[in-house]
Amino acid sequence: MARAAATAQPAAATARLSSLVNDSFARAIFYQLLTAAILVGGIWYLVSNTIANLSQRGMAAGFDFLDYTAGFNIVFTLIPYREGDSYFRVFQVGIANTLLVAVIGIVLATLIGLVMGLARLSTNWLIRTMARWYVEILRNTPLLLQIIAWYFGFFNLLPVPRQSFDWGGAFFLNNRGFYFPAPVPQDGFGWTGVALGLGIVAAVAIHRWARRRLEATGQSFPSVLAGVGLIVLLPTATFLATGSPLGWDIPALRGFNFRGGLSVPPTFCALIVALAIYTSCFIAEIVRAGIQSVSHGQTEAARALGVKPSRIMRFVILPQALRVIIPPLISQYLNLTKNSSLAIAIGFPDLVSVWMNTSLNQSGRAIPIVAMTMAFYCAVSLSVSLLMNLYNRRVQITER
Amino acid sequence: MKKSLSLLGAAAVVVAMSGTEVVAQQTLAQVKQRGALNCQVGLPTPGFYALSADGKWSGLDVDMCRAVAAAIFNDPDKVRYQSVTSAVRFTSLANGESDMLSRTTTWTAVRDTQLGLEFAGVNFYDGQGFLVPRASGITSARQLDGATVCVLTGTTTELNLADYFRANNMRLQSVTNENVNVLVETYLGGGCDAYTNDKSGLAARRSAFPNPNDHVILPETISKEPLGPVVRHGDQNWGDIVRWVLYGMIEAEELGVTSKNVDEMLKSDNPNIKRLLGVEGNIGQGMGLTNDFMVRVIKHIGNYGEAYERHVGANTPVGIPRDESLNALWTKGGLMYAMPFR
Repeated sequence: MARAAATAQPAAATARLSSLVNDSFARAIFYQLLTAAILVGGIWYLVSNTIANLSQRGMAAGFDFLDYTAGFNIVFTLIPYREGDSYFRVFQVGIANTLLVAVIGIVLATLIGLVMGLARLSTNWLIRTMARWYVEILRNTPLLLQIIAWYFGFFNLLPVPRQSFDWGGAFFLNNRGFYFPAPVPQDGFGWTGVALGLGIVAAVAIHRWARRRLEATGQSFPSVLAGVGLIVLLPTATFLATGSPLGWDIPALRGFNFRGGLSVPPTFCALIVALAIYTSCFIAEIVRAGIQSVSHGQTEAARALGVKPSRIMRFVILPQALRVIIPPLISQYLNLTKNSSLAIAIGFPDLVSVWMNTSLNQSGRAIPIVAMTMAFYCAVSLSVSLLMNLYNRRVQITER
Repeated sequence: MKKSLSLLGAAAVVVAMSGTEVVAQQTLAQVKQRGALNCQVGLPTPGFYALSADGKWSGLDVDMCRAVAAAIFNDPDKVRYQSVTSAVRFTSLANGESDMLSRTTTWTAVRDTQLGLEFAGVNFYDGQGFLVPRASGITSARQLDGATVCVLTGTTTELNLADYFRANNMRLQSVTNENVNVLVETYLGGGCDAYTNDKSGLAARRSAFPNPNDHVILPETISKEPLGPVVRHGDQNWGDIVRWVLYGMIEAEELGVTSKNVDEMLKSDNPNIKRLLGVEGNIGQGMGLTNDFMVRVIKHIGNYGEAYERHVGANTPVGIPRDESLNALWTKGGLMYAMPFR
């Protein structure tokens, strides 16, 4: 526009218009505004159309139902819940359960995947072949099938509570779930927590100091060993010094089932096992591909320079392999989180099951409930993605 | 530019998807034009909506679909059955996929007033109970404190169960699923101590167990479950049709009109029978049907009592005795009472 005005043409209206049309900046603004207007108009049309249709069919809309009493039982809740609680509490319960599954599933899948990925690169024929079959069979069957198979083929066929598998009178496995002792902190347990915090801070400080010294003088210091020692020993010593202030609530068979302690239902076990194993196959392949992507010449070059074999892996291979591993790993973590919604097939009360299925049915508020569920999954996926991308930026090789 | 164009495209798709709209008051016209009734039933359940090996539906609730089809087309087979889980039943009706649902659905205030539904009547009075293995030795629902109970999710059953345990200060562990077959499988595998549902449903399920006698239904009835056909709110004429087909079947039983004697009954001098069968009056035309719509229904389906005895009566595998139950005619101490045909 500024350029249009600057041209020293006579100020005829048509000339100004044509120069405006020919100005690429003005055109861009126009198209942006047009797109925004259509987008806003489209959303307004969708919302008003939905509200009109709902009221025309006599169906209630809005978020007022969040305060209503839900009134149904949920078999497993990470956060406290009772039948008299509101629908909003059910939403929170669902979120907590979904996040629990996602976190435990991601940890397990990463561990199994790492082991299997390394096993696929093993020089031992038997280990290599077994790992290959593990990956090929499990990643090529549908996840839903695996979840159902684990539930009906294993966890539902476990013995009844009276004939539970019993490990040391404290851990029990039966077809109602897995039961284990619950820690009960007593007076003075807080000091152990404080000690743990101090240990972590000290370990980080030592690690930084060791790194600076290594860069400045070339002298190394076993900072990882020292850090682990601090994190483990300091709290343990404090725990013993304060008189072991921790009790255990051990599950015991009473009536129909075990009471006391902590427990997870068989649906949870089936879901976690299926998700972890299925995702671990993809992670194994990612790990294998990452390590193989670093050319053998790098190892040979490091060896020629006299670098110790343990350090070749840590300082030469891994930094370059991680660059390849992290981005697809992010996708797998997101996949696992979203795949946890398949819990509905076996009835584990995750967000989709208690919220988008049970609550939707009992309240009939399809649109707000589906919108809230989508918003949650979107928020979780974007957060995981953000965190992993930050980490990815750190491990990327800085090109100079 | 490319980006804004693809945005426009996405917006257009979303707008197009939201365009489907169900026009009220036209269900009958739509059904006639389509040439078939879209009738929603549940996952196959003996007695109420059973599916035979050759893919034929039958049952007390299926007969309701067939009766409405017979009233409209004079052909009870002009029905397209839609078998969906209870979790999505009302959505399917609300968006117009189903014209009516006939699938042991409980009439409640919230459903009637807030979900855009219209209950057309009650074709089975039921109540919720518990099924337990005989070997468990349980004889009363009060002994279920701390028990794990299998229950269908998204049902009134689920709420009644929680209410009953809460009211009696008992501990509840519920195993839920939206698929009744998964639940039954879990119950039979010992995954729960009891299975709860409407008692008719328990009897129906039990009849299909490998050893039905190894399981008992506990005596307690913990809720009222009036089950009946449902239509969309807003099309009163369509609701009237379903309602009066049901009343017609009950009225026919009261007047002694059966599928066997309906032709002779056309010559009856009883004015009530004349009005029911459309010999006098124009009740059918008032709803957009023919006046002899009940003749068609009774010829093809029979009266309510015939349908009951055929699918769930004492002589069927489901075996729910009707005498002195709530489902007997009002003249025999039950609650089956048709509003007057006049």
